[in-house]
Amino acid sequence: MSEPYRMNFTVDGENFTSAGDASGRVKKALRQLGFSPEIIRRVSIAMYEGEINMVIHAGGGRAEVSVFDDYIEIVLEDDGPGIADIELAMQEGFSTAPEQVRAIGFGAGMGLPNMKRYTDEMTIDTEVMKGTRITMRVKTV
Amino acid sequence: MKLSDVRSALCATLITEGDDLDREVSSACGSDMMSDVLAYVKDQAVLLTGLVNPQVIRTAEMIDMVCVIFVRGKAPTAEMIELARECGIVLMRTDLRMYEACGVLYSAGLRPNK
Ligand SMILES: Nc1ncnc2c1ncn2[C@@H]1O[C@H](COP(=O)(O)OP(=O)(O)O)[C@@H](O)[C@H]1O
Ligand SMILES: [Mg+2]
Repeated sequence: MSEPYRMNFTVDGENFTSAGDASGRVKKALRQLGFSPEIIRRVSIAMYEGEINMVIHAGGGRAEVSVFDDYIEIVLEDDGPGIADIELAMQEGFSTAPEQVRAIGFGAGMGLPNMKRYTDEMTIDTEVMKGTRITMRVKTV
Repeated sequence: MKLSDVRSALCATLITEGDDLDREVSSACGSDMMSDVLAYVKDQAVLLTGLVNPQVIRTAEMIDMVCVIFVRGKAPTAEMIELARECGIVLMRTDLRMYEACGVLYSAGLRPNK
């Protein structure tokens, strides 16, 4: 197996405007690598929701996208408050987002469910007060 | 229908001047909740929204939308216009409110994609 193609990003937690920048770049890179619009869309939506979550819930974080032979992996890692109850957080409509987040069109509690919907695999490793690491995979063959 | 037809149906103003309005679009959706838009993506080409925020453009970018229309006469910021240009997304605005704008386009043949 060849070395995966990797992209790394820092996601700024202070800036609502730049949220989505990393996902936009990944989208362009995947387009250049020749993936189908469907695959690109699934990866970029899942990553975008995750990126938004790191900004609104965790004060920012880091993202790494790796392109393997048969899947694309997105790892999102932050040092935020963690998720106390994953099962609850995964429910559509559950959100702890403050009102100002709704003003940018998020905070409807659809982010984690969307991430799950658009990926083939998703694992959440989280510890309260320490941070969250979400790993998602989208099969490409 | 063509984007130029969408524009005339809504009496909309083209914000990204110089953009090509000959592009054909066949479906649309209207929402102020971006996560809802992201949840039910089915090749909708046009987004109608009352929300004015860069995340609107980002959302449209992620799902390959062609055009974003701001309702109730809302105007995007210079930053949003620049982002839209980078992504090749056409921006328009109409004085119509959401309900009416959606109704007009629906009657004109632009449907939700099921
Ligand atoms: N990276 C994260 N760090 C801490 N909490 C998170 C993180 N991502 C999600 N959550 C928690 O899970 C809940 C549900 O997330 P999500 O489905 O994306 O909805 P929303 O972002 O609209 O609140 C959030 O409200 C938040 O409490
Ligand atoms: Mg979210």
